[in-house]
Amino acid sequence: MPPDAAAGGAPREIMIKTLRYRPDVDSKPAWQTYRVPFTEDMSVLQGLQYIKDHLDGTLSFRWSCRMAICGSCGMMIGGEPKLACMSVLRDYYPGELVIEPLAHFPIERDLVVTVGEFVKKIESIYPYLIPKTARRLDEGEYLQTPLQLARYETFSDCINCMLCYAACPQFGENPDFIGPGAMALLQRYNGDSRDGGEEKRMALVHTENGAWSCTAVGYCSEVCPKQVDPANAVNQNKTRSALDYFLRFLGRSVDVRSAPPGGGAP
Amino acid sequence: MSGARPYIRPIEPLWWARPPYLAYTLREATGVAVAGYAVVLLAGVISLASGEGAYQAWLDFLRSPWSLALHLLFLIGILAHVWTWFAIMPKTMPRLVIGDRVVPQSWITAAGLAVAIASFIVILLLAKWVQP
Repeated sequence: MPPDAAAGGAPREIMIKTLRYRPDVDSKPAWQTYRVPFTEDMSVLQGLQYIKDHLDGTLSFRWSCRMAICGSCGMMIGGEPKLACMSVLRDYYPGELVIEPLAHFPIERDLVVTVGEFVKKIESIYPYLIPKTARRLDEGEYLQTPLQLARYETFSDCINCMLCYAACPQFGENPDFIGPGAMALLQRYNGDSRDGGEEKRMALVHTENGAWSCTAVGYCSEVCPKQVDPANAVNQNKTRSALDYFLRFLGRSVDVRSAPPGGGAP
Repeated sequence: MSGARPYIRPIEPLWWARPPYLAYTLREATGVAVAGYAVVLLAGVISLASGEGAYQAWLDFLRSPWSLALHLLFLIGILAHVWTWFAIMPKTMPRLVIGDRVVPQSWITAAGLAVAIASFIVILLLAKWVQP
C-alpha cells in the first residue's frame, strides 16, 4: 500500500533498520536499512508491508489481523517488545527505527521466530476447562457469578503474542521456564470456579521450570498489549505452590477459590 | 520444516543494568540493606546477652562515624527498596476483591507506601520519646 498523500498530508521518509537472517545464505543475522515514505496514520506493520511490496520482497515477517487481536506481529521495535500493528511510524520519526525479531526466541528467518516450544508449553498446561463434576445436559449450565469471573477474567484475554516472553530475562536465561504467557493461561483455568483440573496443573507449577523460575521482574505485564497481567498470574501460583508445600505436612490441600454465594455453580 | 536452521541469539549479559530492568535490579540489590539492618540489630541483641561491656561497645559502635555512614547507606537502600517493593507487591498477591469489585493495583501500592511512611514517622516519634 503506497502512502496516500491525501490521507495524512505529504509523506515523510523514515529510515527503518531491520535485522535480517536468511538461513539458506547467512551464517548469522545482519542489519539492513530501508528508506520508507510514511504518513501520520501508518503503523510499523504498514511500514514493513511497504518494504515488502515496493523495496525488498524477500523480507519475511508474520502478520494477520493488523488490529491487535491475532498476536502474530510481535517484534522488538525500538528495543521494546511490541505489536507492529499497534505501533506507529511517526513515534520514531525523525530518528532511525530499529526492528528486530522477538528477543529470547530462535530466529527462523528475518523477523520470524520459532514458536514450537511455546506451543508445546501452552499444550502442557491442560488449556481447557476440566469440570469438577460431570453434568448431564438436562442438569443445565455451569453457573458463575460476576465476582468469580473477575478473579480470572483478564487472564483469558491473552492472544499468545509472546511479547511477555521477549520481556522476561528469566526466560532469556532459561528457555525451559514455562514463562508468563503459559502461566497466565494456566491461571485462567485454575482460577475458574467451574474448573477441577487444578491438581494436574499444579504438578507443573511446583517445578523449577514452573512458577519458581520467576523473580518478579514485572516487565512482562508492562509490555502486554491486552493488560493480561501475566506477572500476577505467575506470582499467584508461587503463593499457591508454597501453600501446597506447607499444607502437605498437615496432610491436606485447600481450595483457595471462594465458594459460590448462594450456591449457583457446582 | 526442511531447510530450517534457527539462529539462537545469546541473551545480553548486562540486561539487568539497563532500563527497563533497573527498578528490578535496584529492588533486589537493596535487599542487602535490609539484611544489613537485621545484622546490626542481631549484633545488638547478642551483645546485650553477653554483658554490659559488650552492649556498651555496640552502643559506641553505633555512635561512630563509620556506623553513621553505614546507616546513611542503609537508609538510602531501604527507601529504594520500600519504593520498588511496594510497586511490585500487587503483582505478587491474589486479586483482592472487596464487595464485588477487584481492588485496583495502584491502591494496593499506595496503601503499602502509606503504611511504610506511617511506620517511619511512628518510629521517629518513639525514638524521640525514649531519648534520655
